[in-house]
Amino acid sequence: MIIFDRVSKRYANGREALNNVSFNVHNGEMVFLTGRSGAGKSTVLKLIALLERPTRGNVLVNGRNTHTLRPRHIPAFRRHIGVVFQDHKLLPDRPVFDNVALPLAVAATPLREIDKRVRAALDQVGLLGKERLLPLELSVGEQQRVGIARAVVSKPALLIADEPTGNLDPDLSREVMRLFRRFQDVGVTVVVATHDLQLVHEFGQRVLALEAGQLLGGAADTLPSVVATR
Amino acid sequence: MSLAVSGSRHLQALLGSLGRLSRSPLATLLTLLVIALALALPAALRLLVTNAQAATGNFANAIELSVYLKSDVPLAKGKQLAAAAQQRADVAQVQLISAEQGLEDFRRYSGFGDALAALKENPLPNMLHVRPRPEYTSSAALEALRHYFTAWPEVDLVEVDSQWVMRFNAILDVLRQLLLIAAALLGAGVLAVVGNTIRLEIAGRRAEIEVTKLVGGSNSFVRRPFLYTGVLYGLGGALLAWGIVALAIAVLDESVANLARLYGSRYVLTGPSLEEVGVLLGAGVVLGWLGAWLSATRHLRSIEPRG
Repeated sequence: MIIFDRVSKRYANGREALNNVSFNVHNGEMVFLTGRSGAGKSTVLKLIALLERPTRGNVLVNGRNTHTLRPRHIPAFRRHIGVVFQDHKLLPDRPVFDNVALPLAVAATPLREIDKRVRAALDQVGLLGKERLLPLELSVGEQQRVGIARAVVSKPALLIADEPTGNLDPDLSREVMRLFRRFQDVGVTVVVATHDLQLVHEFGQRVLALEAGQLLGGAADTLPSVVATR
Repeated sequence: MSLAVSGSRHLQALLGSLGRLSRSPLATLLTLLVIALALALPAALRLLVTNAQAATGNFANAIELSVYLKSDVPLAKGKQLAAAAQQRADVAQVQLISAEQGLEDFRRYSGFGDALAALKENPLPNMLHVRPRPEYTSSAALEALRHYFTAWPEVDLVEVDSQWVMRFNAILDVLRQLLLIAAALLGAGVLAVVGNTIRLEIAGRRAEIEVTKLVGGSNSFVRRPFLYTGVLYGLGGALLAWGIVALAIAVLDESVANLARLYGSRYVLTGPSLEEVGVLLGAGVVLGWLGAWLSATRHLRSIEPRG
């Protein structure tokens, strides 16, 4: 699903965020991306969602080399990826329904279909019945779940999350992670960037550990993967 | 995308734009007013020209060319010439006045009858009264007609009567050109006003645009509501301009009627025709759309999600 092939990323300000990073994420796999802030976790996710392009190396997502993708094909490419942010990036002046419906609206989904799928997505994250509320009328945990509903509403094959539990207490964090694993159960590939190592150990998925822009332990396939203890 | 789906998308974008405009009524009204004034000025100038033309429309019939033939040209030849001139597209009517007829008229109307009786022979030549068609009464057209007659060897002199009508028509021509220039300049002004308004709105909705692009919104999807906003501004401004012009006519109507009465005319101001209103509204829509398109295409490109 995701292949990083000797990828380096240097930002315009000269900071080297990634240095010669290679790894694979298989179809239907759930992977944790760990490391301190500034280690390059966000950069990996940005390269996957094509918010940035690598300085060197190739990033393949779903069989497509992001290097050769033309700008006008980027919107269609992004529709196949669900993205969850730490600050959830909801539109504060739009009700929950509109926020979740946005990925469907940009893909020209028929209105009746939108209605059905938005409700299904909200049901999955346990927020059915809160469609008409504004994001700020919800708790932080609920806001994050709205963000997750928006990420999965168009049924993407790939879900990436950048510190989705950064603002949540341990209980809520666990709840959000369980949600992600439920999506993995139905075949979605999930990549979660987090610095919450305890949570990572608890959920026991394969870990890609980044430090100062490099992958610890070399290639991903040689990484010790913790056996899932679900 | 099916037609029904794309139709409902457009309807949504249109309603969304309407909703946003109505949420900041004062700013919207000010922008509309600026656009309306820019559109009302050329519209008013256009009405000035059409009304001036209509008020003086009967002058076109007063324009006449007097073509004096040389005194040795016989009446039969004059008839031939009159028949030839009558064939021209710009000539409405040619009347041949024989020398005898001319003398008779002169005797009757001038009051010099007795003095004329003392003349041994008729000093008047045969002549043609040529009346051009109303659509050929511009100074250029009259000049062309004069040239045509002057070129004949049998013609001694061509006089264009009512020189002042030609001058008046020349003034109307100047006004018409002024109208074109004013329309072009003020049209560019409307583009700038709409473009700048859209630029501000894009800046204000930056976060929303970023998120929309993040979930896969294409440039055209993001641009659509701004295009509708531009069209609404243009259409609203044009409607307001129509109102301004109608109001101006209502205010001026009585004093113009008064003026006309003093000149013994029953002329009343005419408002814009249905066609002219159509052109005004169409120009508003096109300018609003274009201004929004230029601005949105330029400024949306620079907004990319940063994650």
